[in-house]
Amino acid sequence: MKKKQVLMKGNEAMAEGAIMAGCRYFFGYPITPQNEVPAHMAVSMPRAGGVFIQAESELAAINMVYGAAGAGARVMTSSSSPGISLKQEGISYLVGAELPCVIANIMRGGPGLGGIQPSQSDYYQAVKGGGHGDYRLIVLAPNSVQEMADLTMLAFDLADIYRNPVMILGDGNLGQMMEPVSFCKFRKRKLPPKDWATTGTAGRSRNIVKSLYLIPEQLEAHNRKLYRKFQTMKRCEVRFEEDIPEGCELLLTAFGTTARICRDVVDKLRQRGHKAGLFRPITLFPFPEERIKEVSSWVKAVMTVEMNMGQMVDDVRLAVEGRCPVHFYGRTGGVVPSVEEIVHEAGKILRGIKK
Amino acid sequence: MRVFERPKMLKDKVFHYCPGCTHGIVHRLVAEIIEEMEIRERTVGVCPVGCAVLAYDYLDIDMQEASHGRAPAVATGIKRVLPDRVVFTYQGDGDLAAIGMTETVHTAARGEPLTVIFINNAIYGMTNGQMAPTTLLGQRTQTTPYGRNAAKEGYPIKVCEMLATLDGPSYIARVSVGSYKSILNARKVLREAFRRQIEENAYALVEVLSTCPTNWSMKPRDAMDWIENEMQETFPVGIFKE
Ligand SMILES: Cc1ncc(C[n+]2csc(CCOP(=O)(O)OP(=O)(O)O)c2C)c(N)n1
Ligand code: SF4
Ligand SMILES: [Mg+2]
Repeated sequence: MKKKQVLMKGNEAMAEGAIMAGCRYFFGYPITPQNEVPAHMAVSMPRAGGVFIQAESELAAINMVYGAAGAGARVMTSSSSPGISLKQEGISYLVGAELPCVIANIMRGGPGLGGIQPSQSDYYQAVKGGGHGDYRLIVLAPNSVQEMADLTMLAFDLADIYRNPVMILGDGNLGQMMEPVSFCKFRKRKLPPKDWATTGTAGRSRNIVKSLYLIPEQLEAHNRKLYRKFQTMKRCEVRFEEDIPEGCELLLTAFGTTARICRDVVDKLRQRGHKAGLFRPITLFPFPEERIKEVSSWVKAVMTVEMNMGQMVDDVRLAVEGRCPVHFYGRTGGVVPSVEEIVHEAGKILRGIKK
Repeated sequence: MRVFERPKMLKDKVFHYCPGCTHGIVHRLVAEIIEEMEIRERTVGVCPVGCAVLAYDYLDIDMQEASHGRAPAVATGIKRVLPDRVVFTYQGDGDLAAIGMTETVHTAARGEPLTVIFINNAIYGMTNGQMAPTTLLGQRTQTTPYGRNAAKEGYPIKVCEMLATLDGPSYIARVSVGSYKSILNARKVLREAFRRQIEENAYALVEVLSTCPTNWSMKPRDAMDWIENEMQETFPVGIFKE
């Protein structure tokens, strides 16, 4: 049987995916280019028996998420770059208190107020921390409207499994574009009960949701416990997609929107007889460093393409460890690179290799 | 015969509060009320950063710690998920009226069914005594060493009076714990604030004029008198919305 497809914007698909995954609480504050998410939630949450609140700020929204997550609910918030900056303190507290939730960043250009066109310039913020303290988020990078839905559903399970926030790192392009999407029935995994949630002490001893540890040794022990979770994520949650031909001369690495563009770039290069490949991380944390390390021992060169001035390329370089040259091409400020300009840049690198 | 004893939900633990600090008295009142109303098993408290951030060390109930100023948002999240539980926040003046004023006003405007306990000690206790939004004119603090000067530091914020202009709240009151009589009144008012949430599904806020002898550089006894005399001139006790 063919699955029913509907035409949707990426932001709407994400919102719908969340509801299908059992999310019944959404707290958000308006910001372009993610306004379709709260708009969809405002309509659909009440119908699903859930709650939508337009919070008074991103600070309030992320802290409503904290309260709801601490009370044991599946809960989500979404925003775009400046709003995500405002949420950082709350995100740090969520990790510290080990609360599961899903946070979407539909990135736009920065810094400051920046612009409202798509960008990938919050990679560092999402992957390296963003808020204070030693912490990680699982960061999922969809590259289609279908994945906006699918990865959002996955995000809720991962958040619950690890008791850690999960971030969907999309961009204005993925949020706004329309594509057919089909929703498979969400099969909730068997997850441990949330017996840590603050629901009232009836029938048990009390639960405390907190991140304060005044005794350094205790705080260190807490950090070590969190670190072990991050290590488990690295072992178990790495996701990527690759299409690397034998004898690959140039491997393009890109995530999200730029990975879509690079797909066309690779096809063009192959038509011209080059052995080009594509590697697309789906999880940005944990980063697929092992796989990149492996292939870097036999591909001739790597080229990372991003809509920023070069952020993920740092992680690519760390994985490659000098085994082959790593090039970077980026456009930023809301400019989306064209297939032609990337092909042109790739051509320069390929000529250098063949000389 | 009634014997004076520790409420059962107040843990048998020595308060970390300074001698003469009335945080302890308010904790006790909250504990007594929760016990009396038999809601311990369905109450969730929220304590943000401030001297009372460790309230969960004393109150034997489910609690969430909140970041500085965000307790009303955290409590909103909890209450929306668990509408049949009793949810309260316990916030200082810096927390509620400076960094968290936005959340304070909007949570009240939404009429979120919560009980907000607002400890006004006219100072930032936890961080060693800086000016609070409720610091009195002329009051010396670490950051107003020459006394709060309206021309430079503006005027104390009267939270109850301000929130009483909103349609969302059901009950707004200010009490003091500076004398035995005041404490008895505070208990009555706090109980009413819990009742509003439980029976009327409504928002209630109680501002409690409270001492900080350490950062006021006063003896406990003088601090009590200071609330009854000085503080109440700027912050009159009473019911502002009912
Ligand atoms: C974002 C942030 N800024 C500053 C602080 C430091 N800080 C902790 S408590 C506090 C003020 C507490 O004063 P108040 O809310 O009046 O509570 P009190 O200690 O007087 O009871 C401050 C500024 C913090 N923890 N977080
Ligand atoms: S610093 Fe002030 S508010 Fe804090 S415990 Fe001491 S007396 Fe109480
Ligand atoms: Mg104070």
